[in-house]
Amino acid sequence: MAFVTANWNPLGDAFYRKIELYEMGWNLKDGLRDCLVAAAPYGGPIALLKAHNRCSPSARPQLEIFSSSGLPLASFPWKSGVVKQLGWTVSDDLLCVQEDGTVLVYDLLGGFKRHFSMGNEVSQSQVLETKIFHSPYGTGVAILTGALRFTLATNIDDIKLRRLPEVPGLQGAPSCWAVLTQDRQSKVLVANGSHLFVLDNTACTPVTPPGLSPQASSIVHMCVSFSYKYLALLTDSGHVWMGTSNLKEKLSEVDTKIKAPPKQMAWCRRPKSQQPSAVVMWDGLLLVVGECKETIQYHLDDDSILVPELDGVRIISGTHHELLQEVPGACEEIFKIASMAPGALLLEAHKEYEKESQKADEYLREIKEQSLLSEAVRQCVEAAGHEHEPETQKTLLRAASFGKCFLSNFPPEQFVSMCRDLRVLNAVRDYTVGIPLSHTQFKQMTIQVLIDRLVYRKLYPLAIEVCRYLKTPEYQGVSRVLKYWACYKVCVCVYLFTPLLYSNILYFVLFLQLLFNKVALNLSKLTPYCMPSCMLVYTVVMYLKNELNRGDFFMMLRNQPVALSLYKQFCKHQEQDTLKDLFNQDDDHEELGNFYVKASYKEQRLEARIAHLQSAVDEYYKAKNEFSAKTTEDEMRLLRFQRKLEEEKGEQLVGFSLHDTMTTLLSVGLHKHAEQLYKDFRVPDKRFWWLRLKALAEKEDWEELEKFSKSKKSPIGYLPFVEVCIKHHNKYEARKYVSKVTLEQKVKAHLAVGDVEGAAEAAIERRNESEIGTVLSRCSATTDHLLVERLNRAKATVAKK
Amino acid sequence: MASHLFCGRVNLNILREAARKDLREFLDKCSGSKAIVWDEYLTGPFGLIAQYSLLKEHEVEKMFTLKAGRIPSAAVKNIVFFVRPRLELMDIIAENVASEDKLQPRDVHILFVPRRSLLCEQRLKEKGVLNSFTNIDEYILDLIPYDGDLLSMESESSFRECYLENDQTSLYHAAKGLMNLQALYGTIPQIFGKGECARHVANMMLRMKREFAGSQTQILPVFDTLLLLDRNVDLLTPLATQLTYEGLIDEIFGITNGYVKLPPEKFAQKKQGEGGKELPTEPKKLQLNSAEELYAEIRDKNFNAVGAALSKKAKIISAAFEERHNAKTVGEIKQFVSQLPHMQAARSSLANHTSIAELIKDITTSEDFFDSLTVEQEFMTGVDTDKVSTYIEDCIAQKDPLIKILRLVCMQSVCNNGLKQKVLDYYKKEILQTYGYKHILTLKNLEKVGLLKPQSTMRNNYPTIRKTLKLWMEDANEQNPNDISYVYSGYAPLSVRLTQVLARPGWRSIEEVLKMLPGPHFEERQQVPTGLHKKRQPGENRTTLVFFLGGVTYAEIAALRFLSNMEDSGTEYIIAATKLINGTSWIKSLMDSPEENLP
Repeated sequence: MAFVTANWNPLGDAFYRKIELYEMGWNLKDGLRDCLVAAAPYGGPIALLKAHNRCSPSARPQLEIFSSSGLPLASFPWKSGVVKQLGWTVSDDLLCVQEDGTVLVYDLLGGFKRHFSMGNEVSQSQVLETKIFHSPYGTGVAILTGALRFTLATNIDDIKLRRLPEVPGLQGAPSCWAVLTQDRQSKVLVANGSHLFVLDNTACTPVTPPGLSPQASSIVHMCVSFSYKYLALLTDSGHVWMGTSNLKEKLSEVDTKIKAPPKQMAWCRRPKSQQPSAVVMWDGLLLVVGECKETIQYHLDDDSILVPELDGVRIISGTHHELLQEVPGACEEIFKIASMAPGALLLEAHKEYEKESQKADEYLREIKEQSLLSEAVRQCVEAAGHEHEPETQKTLLRAASFGKCFLSNFPPEQFVSMCRDLRVLNAVRDYTVGIPLSHTQFKQMTIQVLIDRLVYRKLYPLAIEVCRYLKTPEYQGVSRVLKYWACYKVCVCVYLFTPLLYSNILYFVLFLQLLFNKVALNLSKLTPYCMPSCMLVYTVVMYLKNELNRGDFFMMLRNQPVALSLYKQFCKHQEQDTLKDLFNQDDDHEELGNFYVKASYKEQRLEARIAHLQSAVDEYYKAKNEFSAKTTEDEMRLLRFQRKLEEEKGEQLVGFSLHDTMTTLLSVGLHKHAEQLYKDFRVPDKRFWWLRLKALAEKEDWEELEKFSKSKKSPIGYLPFVEVCIKHHNKYEARKYVSKVTLEQKVKAHLAVGDVEGAAEAAIERRNESEIGTVLSRCSATTDHLLVERLNRAKATVAKK
Repeated sequence: MASHLFCGRVNLNILREAARKDLREFLDKCSGSKAIVWDEYLTGPFGLIAQYSLLKEHEVEKMFTLKAGRIPSAAVKNIVFFVRPRLELMDIIAENVASEDKLQPRDVHILFVPRRSLLCEQRLKEKGVLNSFTNIDEYILDLIPYDGDLLSMESESSFRECYLENDQTSLYHAAKGLMNLQALYGTIPQIFGKGECARHVANMMLRMKREFAGSQTQILPVFDTLLLLDRNVDLLTPLATQLTYEGLIDEIFGITNGYVKLPPEKFAQKKQGEGGKELPTEPKKLQLNSAEELYAEIRDKNFNAVGAALSKKAKIISAAFEERHNAKTVGEIKQFVSQLPHMQAARSSLANHTSIAELIKDITTSEDFFDSLTVEQEFMTGVDTDKVSTYIEDCIAQKDPLIKILRLVCMQSVCNNGLKQKVLDYYKKEILQTYGYKHILTLKNLEKVGLLKPQSTMRNNYPTIRKTLKLWMEDANEQNPNDISYVYSGYAPLSVRLTQVLARPGWRSIEEVLKMLPGPHFEERQQVPTGLHKKRQPGENRTTLVFFLGGVTYAEIAALRFLSNMEDSGTEYIIAATKLINGTSWIKSLMDSPEENLP
């Protein structure tokens, strides 16, 4: 099996290997040149924004999303602002950080989800650099602003912006910086020349890496390991310093002998490995540095990017996708040339056994004599997990299975679960799915998360297969996937045109029937899609209404604004009482008040009506709507007054407005009662005067009207008196009031009673051109000959002035 | 019969024909003689699609209005219900069906307009009559061609539903209607919009298009742009009194489904020789659309310019009649006679409109009309909008029609970006005391939709909007207009200004103002298959469809037509709306008078 070690390179005590994961399915014209690229860890998707430093503002770059194998998932023209950085969240959402600090969130199929801002300060001073990082609290964003200050949000799902303290002596952009997570806090490590600072919430602390080579005058690059435990620094002298990220311990320092600034640097260390190692990338060159002086050099043909992983580094270029990692212990033991480890012997024994050679027995004996057979089986199983090629995996597992035959009481779990895991891993690593997870990563990520990721990619059948195969409990596995699938399907169906839509409602209801007992259906996932078709929402609501108890039903509606408002509409027409219950549940006192007001008008009996109104008043007070409460109290007062008067005087009044009530009272001569209402309800003087004036004129009680006009100075003036009299064809009475009219309205008053001369007199006196004009238009040239002349003369004099 | 639909730039008759075809197909499904039972609300809109003659051709022998109880007797084979999907109507239908004669069974059908609904069918099932129906079908009637450049959904309450009741059914129908339109007239490549509802409709359209991706229509796009506008972006315009001829007809007499009913007195005495007869009491019903040459000419003029146009027309017609004296040869006489029917039609049309104009003039020259218009114009120019208006006060004191008061108060509130709490409460109290406390619900509705509101701490931004968009033009020319402001004698409707700016120089120039108006503004593009890209001839105009969600007024339509006809406008407009409205019908749709709900 010599070929297994063909791509191994020694470095110190360990070996490193580079495995090709995929030949990329995309077809990029210029490779990754001039692209903003972001690849999610754990074999996640890759986002690409071409030509982000666009020259003309009208050009719209294309934002593309691919699977790790380069298959397109989404593509759309970028219409928003200039993007500084792309990155992925832990739940496979794409973050696009714009120059102004706005962060746009898309799902991995390119659907826009939301956006948020990194604060005013950022938008004012603009984004200089950005890093997106993952911590136990979720995905975070760190921004270096144009004002050379750092702003940081540790979890984008629960944004709390932190502005970090100033870095002393910082003149321009720092040479490099990184985000650390330590002591449950996110900190920023900044290098300014040869000085290093740690910024946390409160302070900026200068630090010195122990034993940093003295030739260095500046730190040009830094990177933090996947676990945030280790730190690597690259100096301008070409030295790579590696140590713990708390800067207490130095692990090694290696001279790369290259002084050019690198393009990227990343840790390449698997968990529990003894050797620290980092990968540094320059144009066309990749260097692995470890503890010893030697390095491994790889030649790169193409622009590439490094994606740090838990147990290695992925290298993505325009054409290929590779994984660089330290060869895992078990593999090394088995495949190292001339290895005598038990696993290696067992593999050899199995090979001979297949050849039907008696050597098999010899090897086996050798292992058994050292009583290392169970160790050998374990090694083979473990190594199989780390191998990428299914053939190699099979060979190792067959060897393990062979070895197991000679062991009694060997626990089978490890072997069985490895077989299962590998089948799942091989399935998701498949080119069409494109999630190149290693076994170590898979274990770290958990099966739950893997299923989620398959669901995000809408690979429902595969997700279900995986759940079934791994025997995941129903509620976490198959049902959950089905739920997502059904939501998605229904959403799609809702929009299909009518005949289809119609049958899909039925289908949807059936589906609800099936599922509702088991899974709490999240309707909120549905409603944004359902909004247009109200009938669908109605149907669902009506179904649920029968299916759930009232309390649960109301609780469910509470979170569904659209469904709720539609249901309220329905209740308004069909079930008034339910409407009340709904308002009650929401403590919507305002609407409850309105409800009672409406109800009051349905009542024929006055007591019932007043009782409803009283309830309305109570509700309005609870709603702190003073105006409505007071008004409704007034209404009750008026009703009581009307009833009393109806009983006493036999006048039909109940239901009249205050105005009409007063008019009626005045017209039947109950002046006192009208006065009382005027006072009780604080009717403005002006309106009351109008009211009395009109009522008296209506009655043609001219005597009373005159008395009234003299009772005190009219707040509405006397022109209305003139006009109302004229309206009732009483010129004689109207004339009485003309003299009382104010100067401004005199012309109008005179004209109203048909006294053109008086009007002319008044207009000339007032020297008002437009009024003279009005009077002129009322004169007839034949009869008022003289008057016209006078007016024209006056007009001419006025005009002159 | 539908000649008015041909005259526009876009042949809307295609749409009407498609609708008629569907109707014929459905009617033929129910073979034999039939009676239609109408949901009364639908008769108006259906009249725009098909006259009785079409129904008759398809063996419709009787028509009834949907009423509780029994269907009147008729010797027909089929009973067809034409109804909206409303639960309350289902109850009536169930009653109708249940009381059918069991001995002489007839086939019963139901046609839902515009969409069938499971909920309704459920209701029929509960009532035990669902199985009685031979056919249950739907008739999709979203956008109805109304005139050569005008589409309406004729959906009375869509503004109320969208903004007050949060029921977006009508928006769904609007989106469906637009999809249907695109199936007939090609994909509209550019969509602009302003407002929440506009955003919603655009979203639905884009989504529907995505679902439809497979079956792209291979039709050269007729429309270049779609502009979706929310009514609540421009609450002011419908409140103002329209001053175009058609607008005033609508304000004063009300136009429903393209018809107006007028007091008959003015139209009676024209017939000679019948002078002794008593005056007709039935109101005179006239159809108003651009098929009538004279009406097309004057409908969009400011009313002050209508008189001149009418007298000019009168001269032309009488001159034409005089021609007969010049006709000497047989050929000439023959030609004259052949023109006679046309001339007679023109003369009767002239007579009608002269009468209407006289009716309107009686009102527009009244002092009341003048005073109220003055106050409106003061509000629109921002005079004293922050104080209680004495005019409104006097109007309330004299108990003028409530809707007039509400229009004015709302207008003041809109022009002042909300009223001071004290002012608002004062108006409210005055209104409630004068017109009755029951109107408290109406006032609350007006507050909910934003027509009335207390002033917030924010600055009144109406003056900025007015100045930036030039909403007030001091020197509006009513006779020979040079700006859209002529339709309100000074006020240029905000909605139409937005449309105008969009065409040139583009919305980017008014970002600030757009931000002040409610709701988002947006632009979307729809891919048009290559090969269907329009190659514009030099000088060829663009065609824009402007869709008013929540209703449009005749004056706004007039203003858009004015823009279409402007020499160098470069854009022609087709107008669509959920409903044709005016301030009165609009406010009425928002009123809540509980007494009407009494059993």
